[in-house]
Amino acid sequence: MSRVDRSRLPVPGADRPFHFPRLARRRLANGLELRAATHRSVPIVSMVLLVPGGSSVNPPGMPGLASMLAGLLDEGSRGQSALDVADRVARIGGDLDLETGSDAHVISFTTLDRFFDTGVSLIHEIVTAPNLTPEDFNRVRNHRVERLRQIKDHAAAVADRAFAQTLYATHPYGSPGVGTEAALSAMTADDVRALHAALLVPAGSTLIVVGDRPEEELLDTVEKTFAGWQAGPATMTIDRAAALVPPPAMPVARLAVVSRPGAAQSELRIGHACAARSTPDYHALLTLNNVLGGAFVSRLNLNLREAKGYTYGVRTGFELRRGIGPFVMQTSVATSATADAVRESLKELGDIAGARPVTPDELSMAKDSVSKGYPRGFETASQVARSIAQLALHGLPDSYFEDFIPQLTAITAADVTRAAQKYLDLGRMTTVVVGDLDTISGPLASLQLGEPRVVRPEF
Amino acid sequence: MHIPYTKRRLANGLDVIVHEDHQLPMVAVNLWYHVGSKDERPGRTGFAHLFEHLMFEGSEHHDHGFFGPLQRAGGLLNGSTSTDRTNYWEVVPTGALELALWMESDRMGYLLPALTEAKFENQRDVVLNERRQNYENRPYGLAGMALAAAMYSPEHPYSWLTIGSADDIRAMSLDEVQKFFRTYYHPANASLALAGDIETEQAFDLAEQFFGDLPAGPVPAPVRAEARLASSATLLLEDRVELPRLYIGWHSPEMFGAGDAELDVAADVLTQGKTSRLYRSLVFERRVATDVSAYQHSREISGTFQIACTAAAGVTLASLEAEIRGAVAELAAKGPTDDELSRGLAQTEAHFIYRLQTIGGFGGKSDQLNAYNTFRGDPGYLDADRERYRAVTPRGVSSAVQRWLAAAPSVTLSVVPRGKPELGMPGAAAVQVA
Repeated sequence: MSRVDRSRLPVPGADRPFHFPRLARRRLANGLELRAATHRSVPIVSMVLLVPGGSSVNPPGMPGLASMLAGLLDEGSRGQSALDVADRVARIGGDLDLETGSDAHVISFTTLDRFFDTGVSLIHEIVTAPNLTPEDFNRVRNHRVERLRQIKDHAAAVADRAFAQTLYATHPYGSPGVGTEAALSAMTADDVRALHAALLVPAGSTLIVVGDRPEEELLDTVEKTFAGWQAGPATMTIDRAAALVPPPAMPVARLAVVSRPGAAQSELRIGHACAARSTPDYHALLTLNNVLGGAFVSRLNLNLREAKGYTYGVRTGFELRRGIGPFVMQTSVATSATADAVRESLKELGDIAGARPVTPDELSMAKDSVSKGYPRGFETASQVARSIAQLALHGLPDSYFEDFIPQLTAITAADVTRAAQKYLDLGRMTTVVVGDLDTISGPLASLQLGEPRVVRPEF
Repeated sequence: MHIPYTKRRLANGLDVIVHEDHQLPMVAVNLWYHVGSKDERPGRTGFAHLFEHLMFEGSEHHDHGFFGPLQRAGGLLNGSTSTDRTNYWEVVPTGALELALWMESDRMGYLLPALTEAKFENQRDVVLNERRQNYENRPYGLAGMALAAAMYSPEHPYSWLTIGSADDIRAMSLDEVQKFFRTYYHPANASLALAGDIETEQAFDLAEQFFGDLPAGPVPAPVRAEARLASSATLLLEDRVELPRLYIGWHSPEMFGAGDAELDVAADVLTQGKTSRLYRSLVFERRVATDVSAYQHSREISGTFQIACTAAAGVTLASLEAEIRGAVAELAAKGPTDDELSRGLAQTEAHFIYRLQTIGGFGGKSDQLNAYNTFRGDPGYLDADRERYRAVTPRGVSSAVQRWLAAAPSVTLSVVPRGKPELGMPGAAAVQVA
């Protein structure tokens, strides 16, 4: 057997072809959109019900309402108790997830293929006929208030809250999705019932089903159950487009601080409101992010972790939403390294738009790593269902998965630099620091980011 | 139900396990070294984990970061260290399999020539930050350390956590790292699983080609240590937390040992989901706790069974402790109902199937093959593992709970807000965690 040539790394061979899931679609008379894809690996079915709106539909002064609605869906339906529902989910080994995002509710359910029919009925029931009783409401609400009290001790949660609040103020993206103690305390079960009637309706929602069966069979099964879903009379007016307005114009806080006496580390968030998912520069931003801080080998991680040892890790993201989402860099650094870490971070964020634009090597690295790894995101039925839900949320074409790699490959270094210049603005960038202010205030002042704004995160 | 595989052992002792799955044009490479914090000694805790970090910093023939070439090839990769093993994995496009094997074999065979003091110091700082982030600066983050220290004698390697003590991490030297590598990082102490879009014979050829000429070392002797609590202890830790939390820990069977599956089932009956006994009673109906969880943490040398419960505002930990011990005593006396048992089994069966969905990464098929091979000597143990749960009876659960929990000494730890020791269990002794 020939031994290994260790003088150079093997050059990877050509990519093998991969067939992305083919989508079948159907629209029911009640307005519900259906999508299905066959996924042949393990006898499992995964469903996602996408209801656009999410936390952004919360009425003013009622953050947490949409999330309370999601939290109450599996607390009993059609007269059965929460314990009955939990028992039924468990009996089919179901995995139920009720997520309230900034832009949508994402209700996911995975079960074994042999329990498909039961699973469909169960999801239909909890969505269309939840009990939403005052007793269950009180229990869930009180539980969440106690959780909020605990979250205050979590530096990362405090930093996230302070960051969103500072960037978005009164915009829907500035309110905590889980609510605040004050808002939850003022809420009633009637509010949740009103939101349920207005929001959880077939028109505008999309049900995605992915499993080890032909598409038509998947569609037929869910149609049988969901065709009878009808919206009831709604008393609450909701605005599913509330987050589509730009964040309010306001003075920029370059430095915002939250005191955490004696903290072993400082939790950092750096960024600003940035772009919507509909931006034509989506693929350029994805590439830019990969170079900057979206991967292990990225400028920020190589600098702050691998060269300086300030942190266990740092990452960046363009959180592109239906409305204008934030760019955010996040990390947690040793208290003694706080100011140096902020300085290095801001330098990296600025340099990529000018002094040190993306190099050809970085560009090919970023594009290759994303495109060659792309099929990995289609391994499980649940991954496929959630990817299709993203298409539905953002109105992307059914050919999106097939188009992705060619579109990414077309990005040039000039595109990335333009995107950096357009979407990263140091003058508007807020640095949030949650840490031991007695120790770090002096060094932070040397950064000349202006008078720090003291933030009190709302919980 | 099983994961079809072929296993062969190379002449140098490396176990190679191959599983074909052509769904994605990807291959999972998964490499286990049978070394973890169980192989450390007092004064040098955290060593195995720090070493794992160094494995990503380059080897003799590729003296650059380990991530770069694999990331460029579209791969995903990571590693982790536990008390019992260290694992490294890549999921790469099929065409990059040789690249991944080249790099894994280079760091198995040729790490030390590339290891410098500068890399060592850098990763030491990174690990100290990992410790701050995940333990020191996290609510209840130090409870695990306090419990481990109380459960085991100071010489027992489970008496510290894998992250180790900050002082020990600072005290390590490059010499010790080199010795550690020679002892534990060689083919005869490793298991390589390849799963995904590859032909079995070709996979063995590649394994032989890249790993076959690496020298074998002696297989390290298994670590043996007695885990025993002479008597119960009640401890107190002050932390930056809002609500007091109670932890109770008992010694329990080792992984796959008699009673292990029964205690898994007991944990589910007590705290898994709204219908479980303690969750239903404490969190759902009476709202005296904000959460409760139980876990049979079975490991290679021995196991621990742990229950954690956070008090709702105004509720004493002593009252929660009484509730928990009452539920344990009842389960010991009567066992689970048939209904509880069948519900738990439905979930367990489903989760065994969910585990078959991914070829790589933590918990993927390649990782499971290696886990069963490393701890059972049998990559195909999956089906037998499932049978363990099918064979559980109410009587078996009741006698395991009686023997290991109800009739055994335990460590009770109160974690309370700083400055409020009165919120802990009466008579609790304050402990410090470095």
